[in-house]
Amino acid sequence: MSRKLKYSIFRYNPVDPDSKPGMQEFFLQETENLNLFVALNILREVQDPSIQFDFCCRAGICGACAMVINGRPGLACRTKTADLPDQVSLLPLPGFRLVGDLSVDTGSWFRAMNEKIRSWVHTDKEFDPQEQEVCMDNRVAEKIYELDRCIECGCCIAACATAQMRVDFLGAVAMNRIARFMIDPRDKRGHKDYFEVVGTDQGIFGCMGLLGCQDVCPKNIPLQDQLAYVRRKMGWQALRRLMPGQA
Amino acid sequence: MRVIYTDLLCIGAGLAGERVAIEAAQAGFETVCLSLVPSRRSHSSAAQGGMQAALGNCIKGHGDCPDVHFQDTVKGSDWGCDQEVARMFVDNAPVAIRQMDYWGVPWNRVVAGRSCYYKGGERLEKEEPLEKTGLITARDFGGTARWRACFCSDGTGHAMLYTLDNVAVKYGVQVHDRTEALSLIHNGEQCLGAVVRCLKTGRLLAYLARATLIASGGFGRIYRASTNAVINEGGGQIIALDTGVVPLGNMEAVQFHPTGIVPTDILVTEGCRGDGGTLLDVKQERFMPGYEPEKAELASRDVVSRCMHEHMARGLGVKSPYGDHLWLDIRHLGREHISVKLREVDEICKNFLGIDPAEQLIPVRPTQHYSMGGVRTDKNGAAYGLKGLFSAGEAACWDMHGFNRLGGNSLSETVVAGMIVGRKIVEFLQGHEISLNTGLVRNELKKQQERINRLMSRDSGERVYDLRNRMQDILMDYVGIFRNEKDLNTAVDELREVLHRTGNLKLSSSGTGADPELALALRLPGMVRLALCVAYGALERRESRGSHARQDYPARNDRDWLVRTLACWPESRDLPRLEYEPATRIVEIPPGDRGYGGGGVIS
Repeated sequence: MSRKLKYSIFRYNPVDPDSKPGMQEFFLQETENLNLFVALNILREVQDPSIQFDFCCRAGICGACAMVINGRPGLACRTKTADLPDQVSLLPLPGFRLVGDLSVDTGSWFRAMNEKIRSWVHTDKEFDPQEQEVCMDNRVAEKIYELDRCIECGCCIAACATAQMRVDFLGAVAMNRIARFMIDPRDKRGHKDYFEVVGTDQGIFGCMGLLGCQDVCPKNIPLQDQLAYVRRKMGWQALRRLMPGQA
Repeated sequence: MRVIYTDLLCIGAGLAGERVAIEAAQAGFETVCLSLVPSRRSHSSAAQGGMQAALGNCIKGHGDCPDVHFQDTVKGSDWGCDQEVARMFVDNAPVAIRQMDYWGVPWNRVVAGRSCYYKGGERLEKEEPLEKTGLITARDFGGTARWRACFCSDGTGHAMLYTLDNVAVKYGVQVHDRTEALSLIHNGEQCLGAVVRCLKTGRLLAYLARATLIASGGFGRIYRASTNAVINEGGGQIIALDTGVVPLGNMEAVQFHPTGIVPTDILVTEGCRGDGGTLLDVKQERFMPGYEPEKAELASRDVVSRCMHEHMARGLGVKSPYGDHLWLDIRHLGREHISVKLREVDEICKNFLGIDPAEQLIPVRPTQHYSMGGVRTDKNGAAYGLKGLFSAGEAACWDMHGFNRLGGNSLSETVVAGMIVGRKIVEFLQGHEISLNTGLVRNELKKQQERINRLMSRDSGERVYDLRNRMQDILMDYVGIFRNEKDLNTAVDELREVLHRTGNLKLSSSGTGADPELALALRLPGMVRLALCVAYGALERRESRGSHARQDYPARNDRDWLVRTLACWPESRDLPRLEYEPATRIVEIPPGDRGYGGGGVIS
């Protein structure tokens, strides 16, 4: 006999003056291999077509569907109901502007973050279409890819105590991105340049080391290591700035 | 009336849209990309296995060059492609990939020395020479004569999209995400922009631009089962078709990928088979060599999908509550290879199937995957029918894929077409001004607002989701891998009926703000029109070519059908008007044998 699951879903439509924030309950019979992507779409198609939530690839690749599932940030598409108790509470990710119900505006947040940390390869070299690519050790390429796997889902921000207290904190996602450029030989920025963008309380020095980010990252990116790496490099850079004649 | 003006408006912010946008932004033009989702969530991010570019760095790619890539692409297309475009594409792919490398994509590299690899089930050895160490390497893919698919593990699209979006940020390309273009603003000759609905607030805006690009990806979601992201509902093709003057090319050319997983239809990359994975039947025996002795699992996708379909029809599929399927076996590749080179596949199997692909078989079957058809453009990416309108990527029918796209050629197309079309748009912007007729803009805004008002005020009518599901089921049942006149006639008749019923949609919700039901209700009639372009185009094309396989016309007919279908939709009709043009004006390789797939040819 399959379970009847109770879903408590946060509902609020900010552009509707009659809408009041609150939890709404839905019931749905569990079927084999059910995940939250399928369940939420059935609820929308059959019970309430106005529920807002975000899915895109529904394969754990694009990061669109992060939400707080029974108190923990995660990707809804790859959360199987079999792994959940009879009662499922779904809340939008904190730390991002609410669009409605479970849908939040991650796009603006990440764009601003990427602008702030200047998230691109910095080089003086012009691209020459006639030239062969610059050689790179495959191990370096794989190390960069390891960090490049971040899908900007926002789970690390939702799980970060600092980010919840100060809106301008850049979070683990940004530190991981900086670490990615630090190990990329194509990026010619030095530690001084990186210090300009993350050597602050909004950056690496705001991190309290609680590491909720590492616990919830759906891609299992070693965020703890990246935070430590960037903190070490930026810590040295901060000391260097204190010495006369060293900027 | 709220109006936003820009030089270039890109509808879509995936790889193709952003690559074009960057070209324009670098030339100093103001560029705005519209996107249904934040740009980095575009479906480009889901491309896994690789990007084809004839670099010939790795030993198994030795001797590769654009000419070989060209032959593979034309054969893959079953001679349905425009050969002039295919030639431009292959010649520019090496430049495009090196530019992506320059911008920061961490391509996997050649590692010197001996290593083993698998072909079919067999373990073989290769030795990479020292002098190529550190250059971009490649893996094997279907329908190619050399190893040519360059990759970053199996997250190639993701790595490329993040890199390109970084460059877009650098050059100040604006992305207005969570917006949807509802219609193009045009005067029958010139495109002037689009009417756009904000998906955060529900508000309508007019975007006016000197040039407009449609780069909104494919329309796979008109099928019930598709590997595509849920946003791939054909928005770009719909607004082009709705102009009545812009034709869509080869809409009947729909690709089914051999390895969608069962259930959920999520893709696992062709790289699985490229790296030596095999397909097994219910007896856990390989069957592809029986159909394709030479290429086996690495024949082109249309061919492998047909063989799988036939094999299951012979009762050799595996029964499951979700219908028959076959097995993909990558166990012999080993845990280390899977966790490094097929990492997404590993995650997908564990998270969505609860299986470990290093130990267990993966349930797969052919699943709708790619739209070769789309907004018909010339070789410069300029759409037929309206000046100032361009298209690139999967949204377009540029047309280098003809009736079957090779794996790895789509990622490649996004950045190559983006580069070429981007340059042409820059030239266009340098010499093209528009004069704005505010009445025209106001009318188009009013027309869209009235559609919304009608939907929000109707008291009784058809349910939006029911009709969408009906359309999807018709395509699944009658316009699949194998087609015939009887089924296609049924599909056309039933889709016409569904189209008629979409004129009477009723919302169950209030429709306020970013209401998702309203968004679908606005899109649905257009989706059904796209479905009719596919079904009617397939009905009329009385031959088999590439992915279009007619049981009643099994031969490729180069005598009568070496043509591209052009579908236009004049207002107030319930069927598209079909016209035809030669598939290619320049012929480098005359039609011949593909080397796989069998089948007769009428010449």
